[in-house]
Amino acid sequence: MHISEGVLSAPVLAGGAAFAVAGIAVGLKKLDNNRIPQAGILAAAFFVASLVHVPIGPSSMHLILNGIVGLLMGWAAFPVIAVALVLQAILFQFGGITSLGVNTIIMAGPAVLGYYLFTPFIARGHTTAMAGAFACGFTAVLVSALIAAAALMLTGEAFLEVSAALVAAHIVVMIIEGIITMFCVAFLKKVQPSMLSIG
Amino acid sequence: MLSETFAFGDSAIHRLDPRLRVVFAGLLSILTAILNRFPAVIFAVFLALVLIGASRLPVRQVLARLAVVNGLVLFIWLILPWTFEGTPVVEIGPLVGSWEGIRLCALITLKSNAIILALIALVATMPVATLGYALHHLHLPDKLVYLLLMTYRYIFVIETEYQQLARAARIRCFKPGTNLHTYKTYAYMVGMLFVRASARAQRVHQAMVCRGFSGKFYCLHEFAFKSSDWAWSSAMGISLIVLGGLEWAPIV
Repeated sequence: MHISEGVLSAPVLAGGAAFAVAGIAVGLKKLDNNRIPQAGILAAAFFVASLVHVPIGPSSMHLILNGIVGLLMGWAAFPVIAVALVLQAILFQFGGITSLGVNTIIMAGPAVLGYYLFTPFIARGHTTAMAGAFACGFTAVLVSALIAAAALMLTGEAFLEVSAALVAAHIVVMIIEGIITMFCVAFLKKVQPSMLSIG
Repeated sequence: MLSETFAFGDSAIHRLDPRLRVVFAGLLSILTAILNRFPAVIFAVFLALVLIGASRLPVRQVLARLAVVNGLVLFIWLILPWTFEGTPVVEIGPLVGSWEGIRLCALITLKSNAIILALIALVATMPVATLGYALHHLHLPDKLVYLLLMTYRYIFVIETEYQQLARAARIRCFKPGTNLHTYKTYAYMVGMLFVRASARAQRVHQAMVCRGFSGKFYCLHEFAFKSSDWAWSSAMGISLIVLGGLEWAPIV
């Protein structure tokens, strides 16, 4: 989910950038120098996974996966997502320089929120963990859409309908992200449970 | 496949000091993002087109890129003109398009494309590694630069790994559709990608430690600010002043 360049007003862009810098600073502080290779290669995996298109009816959507990023990385999600957004901006021009801050908040804010809210569930038994993982994937996209809507609304009242349509258009995405997150966490719990306690 | 479509070339822009390009791209983007007057916005688009021209990129590929990134802008065009209160100009059935709504949409479209074009011309024309060095010389936090370089180094490797997984699924007659089996398969593929990335990260880290990695990267790349860079930076400075003038000068 990206807000394009040239849409948001200066105060919103500046506010987003300030929050993003704060989040990145916390994330970098928690990221030990020796864990940078780990974080970088996982970031590369998220970058590639977010290019995967899954079908919905006649259309398709690309994965967002910020819920899983949060579960695996904790606060490091901020620098990891910021770096992924920079790479997207350079390689495909999805987003640019001025909206980088806001877009980092849109993606990384819910990731960290999901980390705090849902990590306790993931450690529990199968059913609870699955429900928690689904909720994590679902909530992450929901909160992303709400932050994006809020950024548009703060830019101008005129964007009310655009914001509402943006959130509505993502409801299906939320459900599918929830399902994907659920199965992905189930997979990781079986294959490499140690990954889920990183962060 | 991932590729750096615009990174390699031989033009005046490609030869410019990357630090200058990054700084100017930043300033031009920020200035363009806060413009509100049409003459200024049109000048910003003109500047972006000049930069694209000077970078001698294949026009077709640049246009293809623009088409893709205009998704949200299109979304706004579909809604905003009909919901924005103002002087009505078009009527389609019950929908009334307002002049102010259309004006805002046009402004957003021009600004958005000007910024993206400038980004393509100035920043997408350098390999990400060079961008990393430039950001290092511009004093971004070391860890962030290392993270960028590390991620960039491995996206191509991991992408190959994903292709391998996708091929394996295809060979086993996996046909994506709208059903739980498809989502489960993709989830497992993504999960496998993370597991392999994590295992690879451990090996890479061990190999780096064996070669003396102590948590610090050393940047051996030095940049030289040439006389042509001075010429370009003054032209860029003047164009920014003109742009600001068009926006903030009092209308006579």
